Amino acid sequence: MSEHNANQPALEITGLYKNFGALKVTQDINLTLQPGVRHALIGPNGAGKTTLVNQITGVLKPDAGTIRLFGTDITNATPEKRVALGVVRTFQIISLFLRLTVAENIGLAIAAAQSLDAKPWGSLRDDDRVVDAVRALLERLDLLGVAERKVRELGYGQRRLVEIALALALKPKVLLLDEPAAGVSSHDLGMLLEILNRLPSDIAVLVIEHDMSLVFRFAERITVLVGGALLVEGSVDEVRADQRVRDVYLGRRAYV
Amino acid sequence: MATLSTARAVAPSIRNAFAAHRINAIDVGIWMVAIGAYFVVPTYLSLGTTVLIMILFTLSLDLAVGYGGIDTLGQGAFYGVGGYAAAFWALNVTSEPISGLVAGALVAALLGIVTGPIILRTRGLTLIMITLAITSMLEEFAVTAKSITGGDDGLTGYHIDPIFGMFHFDIYFRTAYFYALAVLAVAFVVARIVVNSPFGLTIRGIRENPVRMRLLGVPIRNRLIGLFTLSGAMAGVAGALTAQVTGLIGVDTLTFLVSGNALISLILGGFGRLYGAFLGAALFYIFSDRAAAINPFHWYLGLGVLLILAVRFMPNGLIGLGEQFQLFRERKQGRGLDRGAS
Ligand SMILES: Nc1ncnc2c1ncn2[C@@H]1O[C@H](COP(=O)(O)OP(=O)(O)OP(=O)(O)O)[C@@H](O)[C@H]1O
Ligand SMILES: [Mg+2]
Repeated sequence: MSEHNANQPALEITGLYKNFGALKVTQDINLTLQPGVRHALIGPNGAGKTTLVNQITGVLKPDAGTIRLFGTDITNATPEKRVALGVVRTFQIISLFLRLTVAENIGLAIAAAQSLDAKPWGSLRDDDRVVDAVRALLERLDLLGVAERKVRELGYGQRRLVEIALALALKPKVLLLDEPAAGVSSHDLGMLLEILNRLPSDIAVLVIEHDMSLVFRFAERITVLVGGALLVEGSVDEVRADQRVRDVYLGRRAYV
Repeated sequence: MATLSTARAVAPSIRNAFAAHRINAIDVGIWMVAIGAYFVVPTYLSLGTTVLIMILFTLSLDLAVGYGGIDTLGQGAFYGVGGYAAAFWALNVTSEPISGLVAGALVAALLGIVTGPIILRTRGLTLIMITLAITSMLEEFAVTAKSITGGDDGLTGYHIDPIFGMFHFDIYFRTAYFYALAVLAVAFVVARIVVNSPFGLTIRGIRENPVRMRLLGVPIRNRLIGLFTLSGAMAGVAGALTAQVTGLIGVDTLTFLVSGNALISLILGGFGRLYGAFLGAALFYIFSDRAAAINPFHWYLGLGVLLILAVRFMPNGLIGLGEQFQLFRERKQGRGLDRGAS
């Protein structure tokens, strides 16, 4: 919709504030994501990471500050509008259509994105463009083999992948992944990382994650959030080397 | 096992992963039984016609409850309103039957469009209470508005012309039976097209996870109102059929019992499968009829036992039982859920 300016950041957050009563969950957050960046947002439990994502997607309204998408102010846009503009998220708590098949889950998202959801005749199965799009997405996420399974028959790791596929079906320009590795067995983590590294390179990806091995192998830049405020932002090496980060967050972990 | 799953991974069928009702053995069986009954038990066509109409009504309820997750207990309102509309039409406009069905469908659809935005704002117990309340209000209206509805006596004394000017309604319900069967067939085709469509998939998505559906950018209230209206129109046609073939429509069509019976039929047959309505309503109404004939006073006891057995041994209804059997056979043949291979 808006003109894409190559010089504009994909997402630009300036001076964002949010309080829940007396609790300051977002304090003067400034964050910029360039197109195609792989950015991680880390911080202890309750640091305000999910709350920040909720403000970016429009589920929560910030008390102050602005959010821009390719230069366009979207601070007051509805969640639906932001999805249409390309701001898409996955959920910390997986939210899927359990009694539908994997392909139907993805098909639903594609139908919604193409405004097919009100068409009371025909079938997605006979729509070559939809079927091809579903196949391409499932292929990208290694889910082709389970296309016919109901989501509730899948393990946690594969459900995470369906969740990501659903987000990709909405053609995001900015993709927010809220703890994609939560609940995924260590056995499946390698597969998840490999798939994350295969995400389309033009999408700006912000990943919230507690698993540091995944963060260090995925992200180019890292932002550390503590108590709602920005502690450090920098490259992976800078953040790993930062003494404050070691103190508040990573200090206890042997492998840093 | 491993080879099988690899084979499936090489040639995955995205198309087949989208649920669709296709013509199968159950189809052929059901329609053959329905047509065959006409010749085999010609003396029971009155009961047969009732069963067909109630299948249509139960089918309409399955669209709302089974597919859309709209837990309504007020489906009887559409049935009653459709019946009154058809009787009113025959008395005051024309005795031509097809236009009477259309009148029943339209008035019921109007009720759906008007009440849907209120009802579908709610869920669960609140929704159940509101749908019950609306049914009661309509019943009250039918009793008091004597000039339109005939009050406690209902509407009667109207004549229905031959269908297409050719097929006369007879006292043995021969014409009525095929009339109801034809209307049911048309409604079934419509229901099937709708549930297979992108709209139908969207509806199932809303049933599964409305919050996520909204975040996909779908206006879920509008979609539900659309479904509710269609389901209501179909129930209205069932009511109109009843009014036309029995020559009488009364306040009893606007009671909770009508909705309750259809719900029991769906529990027996299975929700969200279209065929559940066929098997469930047939079982329920034939059983009720026989049980009432054998023991007019205590037959509800028999019904209770039937229900308890159904809930205990087939939580997904008769259709679900069939599916479980199918799955069991597939597992035995080694193409079950090979989760470890992926
Ligand atoms: N709707 C709300 N109302 C009041 N307080 C809230 C609300 N949502 C979150 N909080 C509080 O805000 C703080 C930040 O929560 P948030 O979910 O953003 O943390 P997080 O960084 O995502 O944590 P985690 O790593 O556990 O997911 C927490 O103390 C939480 O209890
Ligand atoms: Mg969180």
